[in-house]
Amino acid sequence: MKLIDKMINLTINGIELNVEAGTTLLEAAEKIGIHIPTLCHLDLHDIGVINKNANCRVCMVEDEKRGRLVPSCAEKVIEGMRIQTDTLKAVMARRTSLELMLSNHPQDCLTCVKNLDCELQSLAHEMNIKEIRYQGEKMNHPKDLTSKGIVKDSNKCIMCRRCVTMCDDVQTVGILSPLKRGFDVVVATAFHLDLADTSCTYCGQCVSVCPTAALAEMNDTPSVWRALNNPKKHVIVQVAPAVRAAIGEEFGFEPGTILTGKVVSSLRRLGFDQVFDTNFGADLTIIEEAKELIDRIQNNKPLPMLTSCCPAWVQFIEHQFPDLLDVPSSCKSPQQMVGALTKTYYAEHNNIDPKDIIMVSVMPCVAKKAEAAREELNKDGLSEVDYVITTRELSRMLKEAAIDFRKLDDEPFDFLLGESTGAAAIFGTTGGVIEAATRTAYEMLTGKELKDVNFKAMRGIEGIREATIQIGDMELNIGIAHELGNARKLLERIREGKSNFHAIEIMACPGGCIGGGGQPYHHGNIDILKKRQEALYTIDASLPRRKSHENPMVVKLYENFLSEPASPKAHDLLHTTYSPKERI
Amino acid sequence: MKNKILDLSTLDKEKLMALSVYIEALEEDKKEQLIHVLHKAQSLFGHLPQNLQWFIARKLDLSSAHVNGVVTFYSFFNEEPTGKYVISVCTGTACFVKGANKVLDRILKLTKTTKNKMSEDGLFTIKDVRCIGACGLAPVITVNDKVYGNLKPSDVDKIIEQCRGEDYGH
Repeated sequence: MKLIDKMINLTINGIELNVEAGTTLLEAAEKIGIHIPTLCHLDLHDIGVINKNANCRVCMVEDEKRGRLVPSCAEKVIEGMRIQTDTLKAVMARRTSLELMLSNHPQDCLTCVKNLDCELQSLAHEMNIKEIRYQGEKMNHPKDLTSKGIVKDSNKCIMCRRCVTMCDDVQTVGILSPLKRGFDVVVATAFHLDLADTSCTYCGQCVSVCPTAALAEMNDTPSVWRALNNPKKHVIVQVAPAVRAAIGEEFGFEPGTILTGKVVSSLRRLGFDQVFDTNFGADLTIIEEAKELIDRIQNNKPLPMLTSCCPAWVQFIEHQFPDLLDVPSSCKSPQQMVGALTKTYYAEHNNIDPKDIIMVSVMPCVAKKAEAAREELNKDGLSEVDYVITTRELSRMLKEAAIDFRKLDDEPFDFLLGESTGAAAIFGTTGGVIEAATRTAYEMLTGKELKDVNFKAMRGIEGIREATIQIGDMELNIGIAHELGNARKLLERIREGKSNFHAIEIMACPGGCIGGGGQPYHHGNIDILKKRQEALYTIDASLPRRKSHENPMVVKLYENFLSEPASPKAHDLLHTTYSPKERI
Repeated sequence: MKNKILDLSTLDKEKLMALSVYIEALEEDKKEQLIHVLHKAQSLFGHLPQNLQWFIARKLDLSSAHVNGVVTFYSFFNEEPTGKYVISVCTGTACFVKGANKVLDRILKLTKTTKNKMSEDGLFTIKDVRCIGACGLAPVITVNDKVYGNLKPSDVDKIIEQCRGEDYGH
């Protein structure tokens, strides 16, 4: 029997309503403006993230007819139902569930990394819990500090399983699972392995959805403070494109407010000697990548070529598809290109010993921390990027330094590695890298001017997108995927020989870097990601130059230092290698 | 990689081959048959060491965390080697009320071991399990596949002796 189209009548708190069959009580209540608290529940429908396993019991409501309590996030509407969301019975049930969760939760809120950003904490406040009546046996799991990217503290876990949903269903990486049962249950890696010994990509999406501090980014701010206070060091910072469209949320700006100038001036206030733009590296990446794509097409080399800017994605393909390592572009990511050039080109230009330079990156990303530590990118004992902090970590540093971000003037980036085009700005969103590459590849291939730089077919938020672009007499087939589960689908097509793509862009996080694991918490509001995405396209449209190869400082870099795209020197400094790894 | 779970050399090659053949022969969606595969693996190897779980995960294209989650969820599966006699003491509600804990203590004392650890002589592994569905016989234990019900702590001595006797007889 088909239930579609069937409408159901029920009352919630005495209000009559008529909703489609299959609607949950939580959704029905929302329609008439009744708020029911939730905790484990997470429904980011647009990007396919749905966690509704009804195990926190915080959303209990009373079903008057059946005389019992039901979890509103999972219970579907039934004809004639009479639901009360605010009876004493319902409220007390919700409170008890929460109090039991608090009974074995570490009470170190004051010094917790999630203080004032914790969903458990705000719920306790919302539910007016002023004392914890139950004293439960505390968990005693060791903190996992083994990886460069993510800190896992299972003692703060409330078993909501959001991270498992993210890692298993969305990213298809499967690092986390509930182990054991009953009181002993713990969300952990297989065999309690150290995170560093697993196939974790450090995408940080588990961190993005964790309601508490059971999963958080590694805190690199102490190292950055130390560097800034070392008079012998020349400390340089670079900022990724997605940071400027999101950091405002930490300071009360509307999501999607573009704050490039304030970010630059705030970094100068913190004491950085030079403020460079990762967007410069993005323009450079595009030129090297477009050159590589054309070479692969014209010389019958392996196709499709996959973008390689996203470190979580690189980690993913190394562990999950070790047989396909000839498909990603050999280009380093913009972060690493800026790092490599700072310690060579910039150092030479200013006569500074590269050993005295400390390169710090501000990234929307947790995986960038692990990328900076990759063996391939730390040759001869000299690291390209020394420390990576996330958008969230930067905002914490600014607050710590009592810098009034809202009142700062706009300032421009510093000379040499600070110039960028609109093509670089859109690197931070799904579809942006490949659109930027197409703009440059078009002109490289045809020698003609590209009149309309807007490739609208590549934009959007759907998980997998395809576009065919006419370039001269050739059709260029483009694929785009964000979230690693979608990447897996495209990779399986390539493995089966069923792909006709020339180039594919992959980003690990929902929406691309704008939804990165290091960004301000969206707390389940997907509109925030859309606004950040719009902001990046606005920056692109507002700039006089919108093609990477028109960046005058990049042109100068080739003239004075690298000679030409894909030159031996460019290869040495701007390209890298990958190695197969086991899947665990 | 130095990770020891990737090292299959500690596993018996013939048994590993037999398990591979079993998995290859599965027709329907292999991922759905994890429990069957774990049963088969435990019957071959006696227990499910971590490297064997990883091997199964790879063969079935599942994550190791998922396989490990299933293995640690069911008390039937053992990650550690087990003794010749696996004694499961039911500590479900009915058995608990009827004194299962005293039975358990007596067994642990007689076999000189602790829960889930194989005794030094390799004869016994003692587990406490939740309801085995024989509440009418509470308190109840199983020794391998054999069920003993309505036990008093003193009844245990004979059962243990019997196990020892059978073994020494061999």
